[in-house]
Amino acid sequence: MKLRSIVPGAVLILIVLIAALVSYVWTPFDVTTLDIRNKLQTPSAEHVFGTDHFGRDILSMLMVGARTSIAVALVAVGIGMGVGVPLGLLAAARRSSWVDEVVMRGNDLVFAFPALLIAIMITAVFGAGAVNAIIAIGIFNIPVFARLTRGAALSLWTREFILAARVAGKGALRISVEHVLPNITNILIVQGTIQFSLGILAEAGLSYVGLGAQPPIPSWGRMLADSQTLITLAPHLALFPGLAIVFTVLGLNLLGDGLRDWLDPRLRRER
Amino acid sequence: MLRYVYRRLASLLVTLFVASLVVFVVIEVVPGDPASYMLGMNAQPDTVAALRSELGLDQSKPARYFHWVTGMLQGDFGQSYTYRTPVADMVSDRLWISLPLALFALLLSIVIAFPAGIWAASRRGGLADTTVMGFTQLGIAIPNFWFAMLLVLFFAIKMRWFSAGGFAGWDEGFFAALKSLTLPAVALALPQAAILTRVMRSSLLDVLGEDFMRTARAKGLSQRQALLRHALRNALIPVLTIIGLQFSFLIAGAIIIENVFFLPGLGRLIFQSIAQRDLIVVESVVMLLVFAVVMVTFLVDLAYAWVDPRLRHRA
Repeated sequence: MKLRSIVPGAVLILIVLIAALVSYVWTPFDVTTLDIRNKLQTPSAEHVFGTDHFGRDILSMLMVGARTSIAVALVAVGIGMGVGVPLGLLAAARRSSWVDEVVMRGNDLVFAFPALLIAIMITAVFGAGAVNAIIAIGIFNIPVFARLTRGAALSLWTREFILAARVAGKGALRISVEHVLPNITNILIVQGTIQFSLGILAEAGLSYVGLGAQPPIPSWGRMLADSQTLITLAPHLALFPGLAIVFTVLGLNLLGDGLRDWLDPRLRRER
Repeated sequence: MLRYVYRRLASLLVTLFVASLVVFVVIEVVPGDPASYMLGMNAQPDTVAALRSELGLDQSKPARYFHWVTGMLQGDFGQSYTYRTPVADMVSDRLWISLPLALFALLLSIVIAFPAGIWAASRRGGLADTTVMGFTQLGIAIPNFWFAMLLVLFFAIKMRWFSAGGFAGWDEGFFAALKSLTLPAVALALPQAAILTRVMRSSLLDVLGEDFMRTARAKGLSQRQALLRHALRNALIPVLTIIGLQFSFLIAGAIIIENVFFLPGLGRLIFQSIAQRDLIVVESVVMLLVFAVVMVTFLVDLAYAWVDPRLRHRA
């Protein structure tokens, strides 16, 4: 029944993705040119979402800002998967060995730090910026994928087809890559979608407090931060970037829910 | 039970030890010398050296780590480079804003989530269920700092019921202080309430399928009685775990929300200290927050094991 949520989720995400891609070749206005005479305009036919305190077109900034959000969240998921999945596979293949122990204790450690604290520490030391935001969010993704992979892989290791592969003389590494990994791709995709949406939220939060992408790169979080001082004067400035975030996160969550039910029929009961 | 406590305690100590190492090493990587930073460019070398030894910066790294950790264990969090006051004093002032804020938000999210989750579960598949679940999807997707801005826009600027920011102070009376924490707490509680509602609902639905629920109905209890008397108590166990986990999110969330409302709490302290390169404050506050999170997780685990004996043997 949840299958229905794939479609609206995918539609929302497609809109955001297309907006981001189109912004590489075309935006209604240039986001780096200031047009002070036209500052703080309310939505009109020319500026669909109005203009900000520098007279920049909000719609254009949202389109370019989508690039920042998507890039940061996507690379952060990539880091999480790229490091976490191999660690999880290794821990499952060498169950109860010191590798397993180190991976699991490392997980506990990262879970003890709220993600934002890691980000704050990293930016405190290395300075604010999109790259450090990616690292901060990515580090927190690692234990999520490691734990998920380990759990799923452990249950696979007890199955007959893995036993058959072992009897056939395949090593732990080959079994992990050839037999375990293909069988956990589904849950990885679903978790990836969820972490992607959390990454969008985290990036927005970080750039809101000034620890994310730096000017002049537009980002949704910083657009909200900028709008805060002008909130009595131009409430529409605070409205659209927030809606863009909600739109994207909602889309990803719906997509994730739908994908989970579609890819894993065993979970296809109403929860 | 005692053995379980010891084992959990041991792993808690290991986590804290490694966490303190990580925090110390990360902050130590920072280039530049705090003493010369504090004194400015034109400081005499011997003044810098004197300040360095006063701050303990001339000691070896292991010695400084040892000093830092043993100091913290005795409630001494070091001296702020910028204000030359003990970090412990700066922290304790601000703790009385951040802690009540987090607890207020936790309370709000429970007050919202419990009835909503129970209502949705008891009307499974119905209109109420769909509506509640729709709202939780929204609640999870809305960034809490944006929700905070919308609250300010409506309740502070338009309706003028609350102030847009700042903290009245506990000296102004309990309710005045509580009032200035209300909007921040609501903003902080929203995503947590949405998550908790979903957990409450699915946990109740799991229990509703159990045999003892059928027995309860069979012996003549109404659906409502069976739900409140038998299902709820059993469904609460996973819900409690999530509440414990949420504490860490509330602490992290408070750091951002305090910025929206200009509340002088721990979050503001961290950002101020970063801006002023007052890294000893960052170091100690981060460690304190990690300690709080680890302790809460530990206590929740204990409570969980106490309620559910099966867990004592598993871990």
